[in-house]
Amino acid sequence: MSVARAYGAIAIAALLLALLPVMVQSNTVINALVTAMIIALAAQGWNLLAGYGGQFSFGHAAFFGAGAYGNAILQTRYGINAYAAMLTATAIGAAVGAVIGYLSFRSGLRGSYFALITLAFAEVFRIIANATPFTGGAAGTLIKLQVSAANFQFASRAIYFWIILAIVTAVMFLMRGIERSRFGAYLVAVRENEDAAAALGVDTLDVKLKAIMLSAAMTALAGAFYVQYFLFVDSSIAFGTWISVEALLGPIIGGLGTVFGPLLGALALHFLGELAKAVAGRVLGIDLALFGILLVLIIAFARDGLQGLLTRLARLWRARRPA
Amino acid sequence: MTAPLLRVSNASKRFGGLLAVDNASLIVKAGGITGLIGPNGAGKTTLFSLISGFEPPTSGSIVFDEAEISGLSPHRRASLGIARTFQIVQPFAGLSVRENIAVGAYLHCRRRDEALDRAAVIAERVGLASRLDAPAAGLTVSARKRLELARALATRPRLLLLDEVLAGLNPSEVRDIIPVIKAFVADGITILMVEHVMQAVMSLCDHVYVLAEGRMIAEGTPAEVTREPKVIEAYLGPGAAARIASGAASHG
Ligand SMILES: Nc1ncnc2c1ncn2[C@@H]1O[C@H](COP(=O)(O)OP(=O)(O)OP(=O)(O)O)[C@@H](O)[C@H]1O
Ligand SMILES: [Mg+2]
Repeated sequence: MSVARAYGAIAIAALLLALLPVMVQSNTVINALVTAMIIALAAQGWNLLAGYGGQFSFGHAAFFGAGAYGNAILQTRYGINAYAAMLTATAIGAAVGAVIGYLSFRSGLRGSYFALITLAFAEVFRIIANATPFTGGAAGTLIKLQVSAANFQFASRAIYFWIILAIVTAVMFLMRGIERSRFGAYLVAVRENEDAAAALGVDTLDVKLKAIMLSAAMTALAGAFYVQYFLFVDSSIAFGTWISVEALLGPIIGGLGTVFGPLLGALALHFLGELAKAVAGRVLGIDLALFGILLVLIIAFARDGLQGLLTRLARLWRARRPA
Repeated sequence: MTAPLLRVSNASKRFGGLLAVDNASLIVKAGGITGLIGPNGAGKTTLFSLISGFEPPTSGSIVFDEAEISGLSPHRRASLGIARTFQIVQPFAGLSVRENIAVGAYLHCRRRDEALDRAAVIAERVGLASRLDAPAAGLTVSARKRLELARALATRPRLLLLDEVLAGLNPSEVRDIIPVIKAFVADGITILMVEHVMQAVMSLCDHVYVLAEGRMIAEGTPAEVTREPKVIEAYLGPGAAARIASGAASHG
């Protein structure tokens, strides 16, 4: 793939998405879009560690929550400016990633053991956050509504959308760069076969630690942005299983270990979820049932996800067309 | 006399109740091919794991290029110049042949285009040029063995440990791959090889060590060790050497 094509596709997708709020002014739609993009960002983080690095986490909520609470607490308790708070919260997420990564990778945890350990961390964090006054306990923490660009609070939802879109786009550019770097090659080698990678001079522990820190930072930024958008956080939002699941569903449905997978998956899931609610009305859990069906279909018929499906369709289309 | 490239002294490795390597010593001089032979389960692969760092020795020392390395992790040893192939091949199954080799090439270059170019050159040398963009998962046994060689070669090793690269190949494939290995030596790479294909050992190795039940029981030129009664007995059972000798006498 040429450099221009590798990065151009991301730029074009971003530009097309940026037009959405101009075409559709419905608050509900833009709201759904913002949420979908927050999930896409969290999913990019999960995809870096699991899709590229083969370390399947079932507890990315630990990082999402670290970013969410970090941002909320820094602003409400310490009066720190929203921008600085979001950046710091992202760094806190990376630090939490480093600790969890060090503890699990040092002791050689892999596969389902690693998944379980991450889940355990997220759950412990949730219970602690729910119980301690410092995090606002069961009542959660509210950020005061003070609309002003200086506070990272905007009257128009479209602004939030454009900002989160810009962040997701930057992360996708970064991921493309990683794919084409030595670190990216080492990360994929670790996923494919750790012993073979080590024999070729790859410091597998170092690679996994860098990956989990970067992954955690992305997901923590998603958490920080979530709080900034809704101005509220509690333990089940921040550390609940919902975000761990959404962060992994997107990439698996969209295309594991691909730059577009998390974005495609997150958008498809949210589009489907909204559609289901619109059609089936108030049937409780109908969107979850649909996610399940979609997941089964993808695993049965399109192992490489929507991204793979689209590539194959494009190839078919080109083959059909007379040259 | 110059110091040997590799010196294993009194190395032992215990797995629970089993002493897989028992006080074994060997020396690999720079240049040429040293062989390591022995019956199944003798501890050859385990000894390779001690040298390449995948298993810590229970006791003993491993000196590479005059430095003790037995405390170093595998990747550190790889960057010092020790490469290994795996008896059970370990391809990066989801990657292409070129990407597989590039992982090795990255050890000495940071840039992607450089690593990919080097990978193509090395693929050519081991006879994989036509499969450059093929997924590693779809390769034949013989091509997988070549891929193991290519990846190890890409790290620019000084010492290359080959664990039964000829096993599972048919005679014509063995014939085709031997010149590839000889070319490595011509390039200045020192090789220590575990091999069951005796015809290859005889034609390639300058010096051979024989391991049986974890102990080093003989060393010498290939011709010398294959005449050694202890070696014959290790392979064929106690008394075999005497039976062969008396059989030869009565026929003669
Ligand atoms: N990780 C391990 N844990 C326990 N036992 C082991 C381990 N690795 C090897 N062994 C045992 O150590 C002994 C030596 O095994 P090793 O694989 O080194 O032999 P080998 O000489 O390479 O044999 P082969 O010619 O069959 O490859 C065997 O009895 C084997 O079962
Ligand atoms: Mg073996």
